Amino acid sequence: MSFPLLTVTAAVPAVGAVLTAAVPAARRTGAKWLALLVSLATLVLAGVVWAQFEPGGPRYQLTESHAWIKDFGVRYELGVDGIGVALIGLTALLIPFIVLAGWHDADPLETSSKRWRPTQGFFALILMVEAMVILSFEATDVFLFYILFEAMLIPMYFLIGGFGDRAHSGSDENAAAQRSYAAVKFLLYNLVGGLIMLAAVIGLYVVAGNFSLTEIAEARANGSLDMATNTERLLFLGFFFAFAVKAPLWPLHTWLPNAMGESTAPVAVLITAVVDKVGTFAMLRFCLGLFPEASKWATPAIVVLALISIVYGALVAVGQRDIKRLVAYASISHFGFIILGIFAMTSQGQSGATLYMVNHGISTAALMLVAGFLISRRGSRLIADYGGVQKVAPVLAGTFLIGGLATLSLPGLAPFVSEFLVLVGAYARYPVAGVIATTGIVLAALYTLVLYQRTMTGPVKEEVRALPDLRARELAVVAPLIAVLIFLGVFPKPLTDVVNPAVQHTMSDVQQKDPQPQIQNVEAAK
Amino acid sequence: MNPVNYLYLAALLFTIGAVGVLIRRNAIVVFMCVELMLNACNLAFVTFSRMHGNLDGQVIAFFTMVVAAAEVVVGLAIIVSVFRARHSASVDDASLMKL
Amino acid sequence: MENLIALLIGAPLLGAAVLLLGGRRLDKSGHWLGTLLAAVSFVIGLVLFADMLGKSADDRALHQTLYTWIPVEGFQADMAFQLDQLSMTFVLLITGVGTLIHVYSIGYMEHDERRRRFFGYLNLFVAAMLLLVLADNYLLLYFGWEGVGLASYLLIGFWQHKPSAATAAKKAFIVNRVGDMGLSIAIMIMFTTFGTFTFGPVLAATGEASEGKLTAIGLMLLLAACGKSAQVPLQSWLGDAMEGPTPVSALIHAATMVTAGVYLIVRSADIFNAAPDAQLVVTVVGAVTLLFGAIVGCAKDDIKKALAGSTMSQIGYMILAAGLGPIGYVFAIMHLVTHGFFKAGLFLGAGSVMHGMNDEVDMRRYGGLRKYMPVTFITFGLGYLAIIGFPGLSGFFSKDKIIEAAFAKGGTEGWILGTVTLIGAAITAYYMTRVMLMTFFGEKRWQDDENGRPPHPHESPRSMVIPMVLLAVGSVAAGALFEFSGFVEWLEPVTGFAHGHSPISAAAVTTATIAVMVLGVGLAYVQYGRRPVPVVAPRGSLLTRAARRDLLQDDFNHAVFVTGGTHLTRSLVYVDHSLVDGVVNGTAAAVGGLSGRLRKLQNGYARTYAVSMFGGTAVLIAATLLMRAV
Repeated sequence: MSFPLLTVTAAVPAVGAVLTAAVPAARRTGAKWLALLVSLATLVLAGVVWAQFEPGGPRYQLTESHAWIKDFGVRYELGVDGIGVALIGLTALLIPFIVLAGWHDADPLETSSKRWRPTQGFFALILMVEAMVILSFEATDVFLFYILFEAMLIPMYFLIGGFGDRAHSGSDENAAAQRSYAAVKFLLYNLVGGLIMLAAVIGLYVVAGNFSLTEIAEARANGSLDMATNTERLLFLGFFFAFAVKAPLWPLHTWLPNAMGESTAPVAVLITAVVDKVGTFAMLRFCLGLFPEASKWATPAIVVLALISIVYGALVAVGQRDIKRLVAYASISHFGFIILGIFAMTSQGQSGATLYMVNHGISTAALMLVAGFLISRRGSRLIADYGGVQKVAPVLAGTFLIGGLATLSLPGLAPFVSEFLVLVGAYARYPVAGVIATTGIVLAALYTLVLYQRTMTGPVKEEVRALPDLRARELAVVAPLIAVLIFLGVFPKPLTDVVNPAVQHTMSDVQQKDPQPQIQNVEAAK
Repeated sequence: MNPVNYLYLAALLFTIGAVGVLIRRNAIVVFMCVELMLNACNLAFVTFSRMHGNLDGQVIAFFTMVVAAAEVVVGLAIIVSVFRARHSASVDDASLMKL
Repeated sequence: MENLIALLIGAPLLGAAVLLLGGRRLDKSGHWLGTLLAAVSFVIGLVLFADMLGKSADDRALHQTLYTWIPVEGFQADMAFQLDQLSMTFVLLITGVGTLIHVYSIGYMEHDERRRRFFGYLNLFVAAMLLLVLADNYLLLYFGWEGVGLASYLLIGFWQHKPSAATAAKKAFIVNRVGDMGLSIAIMIMFTTFGTFTFGPVLAATGEASEGKLTAIGLMLLLAACGKSAQVPLQSWLGDAMEGPTPVSALIHAATMVTAGVYLIVRSADIFNAAPDAQLVVTVVGAVTLLFGAIVGCAKDDIKKALAGSTMSQIGYMILAAGLGPIGYVFAIMHLVTHGFFKAGLFLGAGSVMHGMNDEVDMRRYGGLRKYMPVTFITFGLGYLAIIGFPGLSGFFSKDKIIEAAFAKGGTEGWILGTVTLIGAAITAYYMTRVMLMTFFGEKRWQDDENGRPPHPHESPRSMVIPMVLLAVGSVAAGALFEFSGFVEWLEPVTGFAHGHSPISAAAVTTATIAVMVLGVGLAYVQYGRRPVPVVAPRGSLLTRAARRDLLQDDFNHAVFVTGGTHLTRSLVYVDHSLVDGVVNGTAAAVGGLSGRLRKLQNGYARTYAVSMFGGTAVLIAATLLMRAV
């Protein structure tokens, strides 16, 4: 038996979480370093997974399979395809920066009791989320995936509800109430989604007799498992609903602005850049993989919802007065692009969507973390409380601008590659949808640059006059992220090499071929 | 004498007991009414035993008595401790379980 | 040789990276580094140019493929460059004028504490612009296209502590993004039609595509060109862009970036040739903008905004020429290059004047400067003569050719376009004479600046004067050089060329051009040369007032897009909060309310529970009996 690399990759942060939680109250700083080391070790392991993965090889690699609950045919089955590898890489890459950015976010207040250990809990929860997210990208057993999909709500709930943003307007009680509202809303939305998915998981078991993704997909492909059309559609909807809540897709999105607005910036990044990706990832792997016919049936409606997300999210972002909520609505717009790319059912669209997941994670992390640094300096999330920051903190403003430019998909930065691929892929199948989605690039410029203008330019406001520029720790968070954005913007090949074969498998799952150009053999015509 | 009359008596006793449980407030009286209902049942069992000509009903009547005895022990203990704590044997005063 | 192409872009890119990341250590030397790297790029350009001249006309294009940029199934974008005669022309213009303006900026930005950053942005611009003209496919062109947009954004907003500058920068970027949408859609249509967006294959295969597709591509490319080149209806950003430092206005918003739209159309010549409807729209846009810009230029008192109106108008000429097809492409590029010289020279002259006048931009507060700034006066004057088309100077040759080609379009269209270009020439002469007279002639109308300092006009330092002189030489000589050295033959292999058949003779066109020029100059002289210029602008006619407000373009945009958009976003925020979220919160409230009612049943009285138990038991027994009876 070979070395269980995938299990270890997920187990390291899980064990790290337990150890971090066990650090005594007085050793707060030690807990931070431990968490950082564990997340870096996970990053190394993710790198090993990336290196071990052969893009041209079989679809699922590094597989592990053990019996788990025999009576129901539930197995502990792991395996990664290119999409999984890319997203594990994203998760492992972001967590060290999230830890580093949240270095002081959970320091206990002077007044709190000596035995109170919020710091340990904060970092342990982050590592726990990392472990669950990584394992969910690896799971090829539907039941195992479902458990992880639901279980990651628990640490997220405590991260949102327990460690709120210290910058707020109004009294402490008001902030606490807002925070607990956001946390409960997050939990309820996702639980409802999960509940419906549970019904669909049980339904799938009744129809298929086991939970193995590979076995079911194979049986469906060779015709030995026949689903009635309506059954398939119902099951598809059950799965899709849960993923659409998590993704989030309009009109199931309203939990995200609350959750991102009330939590600290690193946790907001954790939500939108890492945890939400499980939703879109699962659409690709489970919705398309298990229910190809139903996916095609539902495509028109989903494309419309995705378009609404794109335009609506961007327009509402323009109207926001709160920096973090603005980023949240921008994310909703971006998730619209990802879902559009997935359901365009073209190679370009799906490769683009996968790249988009990675790039959006990095770009939102860059923007949101810098925004967090800004907010923690001034103690306010309101755009109107800033102005002229560029003058007093040029490095902060510069990095904020680069994060913003990445968000508006400027060529040369990674998100452009993915956004353009999604647009081309969507246009090839649905020209009208492609054109409507393209308006998103104007709106993105609008909300980003308006935000930058109002916060960073103009005369220096009295309250921001004393803001310090980025510190070394903060620069260590932002600079590598920006470097990755630029690198993947001009040389995305390492990513596409891994993703492309996986996308071809998905395309064959749904039995779709790319629309061919109207004029064949253009080279020959020359 | 027609054994059916015993059934009428049992029904009457049961009704008196039930009404007592529902309308009285003193825990002791409520308790006695419960006992009354149990004994009404016992009477009905014994009557049925006689009517059907087997011993099943009598056996069950014994069981009921044993259970009733155990219940009296536990129940009275509770009532006494509640009375000690709140200086009242009224059942309406013990309404802590509501939301 | 082809390996040098990447270096061409690499040198200024390196400069940008070093200057922007280098920090304060480079504050002292940064501007020299930036200028040096721009000059290096220019030298490499000259080497490549010399090499190209040595080859036969059909064999001059060079290709360099670095690597595959975006490899996805069925979709391949290469990081690959193509250097042909058209690109070469642009490379020399960009690096040549670019280097001169770097030199000029050393003096102009001397007292700005952020000069290092300014040079970083300038280098970034040069790199992006070179990428734009050297790309061998539309997607890479798009990369450069947005790159220059970014550089333009950063430079317009360079003095971002001024709210007006920050707003202007944002406006430029967003309006340009509308145009970029056109470019993206054009690339998408190309991809679905041809399966590729590399220049060579796409342009070679245009013969096989349907005219409808080509028209759509053409119109989308035109939208992109309108954004970048400030053509109607996306022209509104250019005037505001004058908030940037003057060297920026000279380099980006006059000589190079704004001409990218012309490059795009000429580069896509094969597409437009096969789509006459799209071509017609191109000429209409060009003609409208030509007049629009000229009229705006007549009314502005801000010297830079007057020149911006002029830029818009001159680019209108180029776009119009590009819309004429093979009879016009070469002349569009020719005018583009000559315009690059004289307009850059004019802007640098304006910058020099502002430098001497405490950054005053209102021409009504200038007057009589020719004695105080002789070199500026002469170089500006030569640029002025070039732009109005004084015989023998560069503008004369290039503009005359465009007017001739417009008549040669043939039919009614030809007459209309020809007449418009002639009217444009007259207005050009008028507004440029007005600028000249108000600035350098007449009595002094100087005023103290906000701090109460009176202006002390003086000639600018040498670093500013030398570029002005060199550009003036270009403005004088470039036209004749092109005319007699075979510029047409040089570009023909790339753009194609056809002789137009004008309904009126070339001599007649030239005579008419000179006649309308004299008319324009004379009219301006009567108005501004013979009479004193009032320091406070008179109210003016309805048209003047409208032209001062850029013919109400901003009022229109504000009323339709800004106000409408604000209402839309506000109402959507409301919808999101009250409707979408409201449904969810409403459900929660309903469940809460219902459970509140139900809770009342649990009143804690044991007898109430007992009643319900008895009641329940009774109902159950009754039901059982009833069932049995039935």
